[in-house]
Amino acid sequence: MAERSEEVKLLGMWASPFSRRVEIALTLKGLPYEFSEQDIANKSPLLLQSNPVHKMIPVLLHNGKPISESLVILEYIDDTWQHNQILPQDPYDKAIARFWARFVDEQIYVTAMKVVGKVGEERDAAVEATRDLLKLMEKELVGKDFLGGESLGFVDIVATLVAFWLMRTEEVVGVKVVPVEMFPEIHRWVKNLLDVDVIKKCIPPEGEHLNYIRARMDSLKLKSV
Amino acid sequence: MADEVILLDYWPSLFGVRTRIALEEKNKKFVYREQDLCNKSALLLEMNPVHKKIPVLIHNGKPVCESLIQVEYIDETWPGENPLLPSDPYQRAKARFWGDFINKMLPGLGKLMWGTKGEEQEEGKKEFIEMLKTVESELGDKTYFGGETFGYVDIALIGFYGWFDAFEKYGNFSIEAECPKIIAWAKRCVKRYSVAKSLPDSKKITELVPELKKKKGIK
Repeated sequence: MAERSEEVKLLGMWASPFSRRVEIALTLKGLPYEFSEQDIANKSPLLLQSNPVHKMIPVLLHNGKPISESLVILEYIDDTWQHNQILPQDPYDKAIARFWARFVDEQIYVTAMKVVGKVGEERDAAVEATRDLLKLMEKELVGKDFLGGESLGFVDIVATLVAFWLMRTEEVVGVKVVPVEMFPEIHRWVKNLLDVDVIKKCIPPEGEHLNYIRARMDSLKLKSV
Repeated sequence: MADEVILLDYWPSLFGVRTRIALEEKNKKFVYREQDLCNKSALLLEMNPVHKKIPVLIHNGKPVCESLIQVEYIDETWPGENPLLPSDPYQRAKARFWGDFINKMLPGLGKLMWGTKGEEQEEGKKEFIEMLKTVESELGDKTYFGGETFGYVDIALIGFYGWFDAFEKYGNFSIEAECPKIIAWAKRCVKRYSVAKSLPDSKKITELVPELKKKKGIK
């Protein structure tokens, strides 16, 4: 039987949580891939051609065929390479995992963006709203090492957005959105994540990342610390 | 043990329709429980504590929330009849992509239907039409979004069809004029038993809109 040549290419951005989560998944599966850093301000013909609808990263190209939207990409990776499963096998557990993944992206992320983007009272309100959402995540972690249970799973990969983007933004914005006294389980979970080699390997280096966030806020004329 | 399937829903919901259609496609008997969204039941609050929204699918006492997640759950739990998602991973990814895109049409529709200023409504209408045209070009000349088989993307979109009359009335436009292939596709879908049984009456929805606007505090 002829060996199928697998060409896996990721159009991504080093500082994007959506791009990094795909890298985590590919690395967990031990899949070699070519990473192509994209300039969002100056979109490449390949990006525009591969994701004509949204024109956004990340886009996974598997043997030339494009898949867009990070959650769709994660499921594609799990469907295509079935070792080291990211999603649970049981349909009910899968439904719960999908629910929490959407919660992170559609609720936590959207609300947390306002913490960065707003000032004064509006920012305070955004902090409160983000904390209310995070309290639900906090509850989910009680008695568990990871959101996926005993080991890293789909929701943990998606929620790296909270661990390494939202929580890093705190330093730049000068607001403790996720204080350890209020969220001990989340802080414990972040420590667990940092013990996982794949995570350590795949998250953006902290120093450079903080500088990047500061620079972005400056360019958007937002005050940073 | 017999399967107990309960659906907490609200009859005009374009989300709830998706779940109803999926259950019908699988020939799954379920108990439909109409919810009063102004006076949410203890069961609804218990089963969807995070969002407190319908639809909620309760299977043997365990709740599944979010309509497209419910459709996948239904497909995975009762795989035998009428598969709703393709078996090929790439085709599945495409289906999920378009399901997600269809959900992204909602903010525009929100502005169109519930916007308080004419400008906002116009903006919403433009957004909706543009996105529907994108969906239409994905459909192309196919019978259904997946080709010859009715499935996930069709289910994701057909729920909106019950609201088309309302969109047209309040937006003052013709969806058929803008997206004729979508209307032709919808008419094909409505011939399916699962859709005909599940889709709410367009007229009743349009008649409900003033009441809904009042409840939302819009003139």
